[in-house]
Amino acid sequence: MSGPSRATRARLDILEEAAMRALECASALGLDHAEVSASEGESLEVNVRQGAADLVKESRSRGIGMRIVHDGRVATSATTDLGVEAVQAFVAGLADMVRFSEEDPLALPPSPREQTGAWDDLDLYDPKTARIGPKRAISMATRAEKAAFKQDRRITSSEGAGFSRTIGFSVLATSGGFVGRNFGSNQYLVAHVVADDEGGKKRNGHYWSGGRHFDLVGSPEAVGREAAARACRAIGSRKMATGVYPVVFDKEAAGTILGLLGSCIMGDRIYREQSYLAARLQDAVASPLVTVIDDPRIPRGPGTRPYDAEGRRTRKNKIVTKGVLDGFLLDTYSARKLEMKPTGSAAGGGGVPHPTSSNFYMKAGRQKPASLLKGIDKGLYVTNMMGFGFDAMTGNFSRGAGGFLIESGELTTPVGEITISRNLDEILKGIEAVANDLEFRTSVAAPSFRVDQMTISGN
Amino acid sequence: MRGATRVEPEHIKKLLRAALEGGADFADVYFEYRRSRSFVMEDGRVRTVGGGVDLGVGIRAVKGEAVGYAYAESLELDSMLRAATTAGQIARAGRRKRVSVERRRIRAMYRPTLEVVDMDGADCVALLRRADKAAREASRKIVRVDASLAAVHKEVLVASSDGAIVFDEQPMVRMGVSAAARAKGRTEQGSSGGGGRFGLEYFDAHTPESHGEEAARVALVNLDSREAPAGTMPVVLANGDSGILLHEAVGHGLEADFNRKETSNYTGQIGESVASPLVTVVDAPRIGGERGSINVDDEGVVPSAHRLIVNGKLRRYLYDKISAKHFGVEPTGSGRRQSFRHVPMPRMSNTYMEAGEDAPEDIIRSVKRGIYAVRFSGGQVNISNGDFVFSLTEGYLIEDGKVTAPLKGANLIGNGPDALATVSMVGSDFRLSDGMWTCGKDGQSVPVGVGMPTVKLDQLTVGGTAVGS
Repeated sequence: MSGPSRATRARLDILEEAAMRALECASALGLDHAEVSASEGESLEVNVRQGAADLVKESRSRGIGMRIVHDGRVATSATTDLGVEAVQAFVAGLADMVRFSEEDPLALPPSPREQTGAWDDLDLYDPKTARIGPKRAISMATRAEKAAFKQDRRITSSEGAGFSRTIGFSVLATSGGFVGRNFGSNQYLVAHVVADDEGGKKRNGHYWSGGRHFDLVGSPEAVGREAAARACRAIGSRKMATGVYPVVFDKEAAGTILGLLGSCIMGDRIYREQSYLAARLQDAVASPLVTVIDDPRIPRGPGTRPYDAEGRRTRKNKIVTKGVLDGFLLDTYSARKLEMKPTGSAAGGGGVPHPTSSNFYMKAGRQKPASLLKGIDKGLYVTNMMGFGFDAMTGNFSRGAGGFLIESGELTTPVGEITISRNLDEILKGIEAVANDLEFRTSVAAPSFRVDQMTISGN
Repeated sequence: MRGATRVEPEHIKKLLRAALEGGADFADVYFEYRRSRSFVMEDGRVRTVGGGVDLGVGIRAVKGEAVGYAYAESLELDSMLRAATTAGQIARAGRRKRVSVERRRIRAMYRPTLEVVDMDGADCVALLRRADKAAREASRKIVRVDASLAAVHKEVLVASSDGAIVFDEQPMVRMGVSAAARAKGRTEQGSSGGGGRFGLEYFDAHTPESHGEEAARVALVNLDSREAPAGTMPVVLANGDSGILLHEAVGHGLEADFNRKETSNYTGQIGESVASPLVTVVDAPRIGGERGSINVDDEGVVPSAHRLIVNGKLRRYLYDKISAKHFGVEPTGSGRRQSFRHVPMPRMSNTYMEAGEDAPEDIIRSVKRGIYAVRFSGGQVNISNGDFVFSLTEGYLIEDGKVTAPLKGANLIGNGPDALATVSMVGSDFRLSDGMWTCGKDGQSVPVGVGMPTVKLDQLTVGGTAVGS
């Protein structure tokens, strides 16, 4: 790891100047508190379909978002016009709006003492990223799509393969004196292909690779082959009979379930009592096999951040330890509402801060993924889910699902057009085996796990 | 116009020329000026006021079916020209085109009196208070109310190298209310929302009180809800919001980009039977004031209503310019985008099923055991295989032809053509949903409208937890 290059420092300097100018305007107007997030991004997106590029999009944007707190009243706004006069008018507009908001003593920003003065380089930026031009991007996407078609003759059409990359720079500055500078990169290669099934039905499969650093993209051919395999494995999917069955979630579907838990431990949901976990601290909320952690400080992590949107140093937070609910993720406001300590989890800098997860994961177990199927006479292996059927207030969960039938401990025929349902509280308590296949590809990540039973609605 | 009319016609020509430089077939520029205002009331207190101005231009060059795109967040000629040149790079060689553009006037379907975005802040807060009060007064069991009001004033100017310059104003207002009810240790919530391309006059026909009361009513109903059944059974969809079924089950699959790429389950199905003969589906972009209405699409095409499915037969797709050219038809005016930062693609506007002849009471009476689905929180479709889901937030059991117990939220799942083939009764009570829906596709959100008469599907899979009860 090395520090920022001269070019990066120059970009951050420009953003810092813009943020400082906005803060000065706020102070000239006599506003009590202000937070400014100035950011700049550059991205390239290409898509290749049937061997030819069908989209090349380049974007560049720069702007500031600002929150002011005056007499305990809050207003927010954003602008892309960073000219001196424009920023003056922008801040004056905020000062005008703030009177319609209502006083709330808890809305004040954290005291400067609570903000961090230093932060570490968490290896979020790869200088290679910005050097990937359209030609190289198109070539990688072309290779991925070609590999998908070559993998299996049943692949008949394609949404194409795409490569996108983005670099971002941001500065957070507050009237309390905090100045944070952060920058990062991201790149993804994705392939999305379609296989023909009988009766005009089509089966799609997609797969992606990538992350903060270019080397995480890996082989384009591997991405294409996996997308093709996913489309083909769903050919012939059928409903299964309605009933109550054991269910194994593969690691991607497991991550989706974990994300639902994530939505229920956010401080704003808790103080609003919009979560079934609102009054469950130190209670058993999952099986003893379940330990959940939020760690914003994993180098190169997709959800990594050195400081939060209110200038607090980030830290690792335990959420669930061996099934017991340890804590929530809190920003300043929700912490004050709940009379707890903030956890450095604020997002939304320059707007209304709210708590959010960073790298939110369930700890891996010891079992091999295949062993989760053992002993299941008849059950469902879930590889994908559809829809939004989850109510955080009650924990009721019901979603569309697809995957495979498990018969006598083996995956047999593909299954689709069914729903799986159960209350999340019962699902988490019903986890009876956790595999060792955790990987940090996404900011919410879980290993495969098995749930003792769920209701499957089919035919 | 405060934003886009500041652009000189000469500049528009320069940009189009720069975008066509490399040999593109056509190019367009999309200027956007957008002001917004929002008020969020949390548990009776206005927690925050927000809003801002966004302005920029998106420039697209099209060669065959390939798109080059770039945008500028300012209307300075240099940065706009840079974006135009970048976009034009998609085409490498070819003959250069002449550019001549003319201003074209369009007939506006919606014309707000006073923009909500310009309304006095205190009046906006008063609207929220009325909603809050009505919800709380509905019952002592209502323990919490949150409400929001958002308004947008958007002006767009679209100029295309194939001829026209069009200008449109696109206002939008939306109110949302959610209420939590508690009794016997159980907490449930309900919500209500609506709006459209209106100014303040929206609240003449739909009072804030009506949204507050409706949110409270749903929360109170859900306090008594029981486990929904699991399995395949008859489902009666109430009129209005149920239109989300069509949006997911057929609407997305008929967007022509998926069909041009042969990735939709409706690919190659024009003229085929894709639903029961009782089903006629329309996409109507020019219904005054509806949330999904547009006077002009984001490619500068004036849209008109199209019947997508007539008596069960697939009639046509929704086309943007690129897919219209692919299929050798006229665009339907369905090219839409979230903002100047996004490429246009075929999207729905207001999509609904035409009324039938059955009395709604008869439809319910015809069901021995099934469910009556009233309100939904959203849906999703897998374009390729046609499987769709939508989430029920207010539903009831139907037993022996009568609506009985309220049910806990559940997902309904079906397959587009299979589910619509089982439509056996269509009510005479067509209604458009009050404007609250936003449709997402490829990371772009656009406002849409849905509508439906009461409809009976003989078979749909209900994802409850109660097996065999």
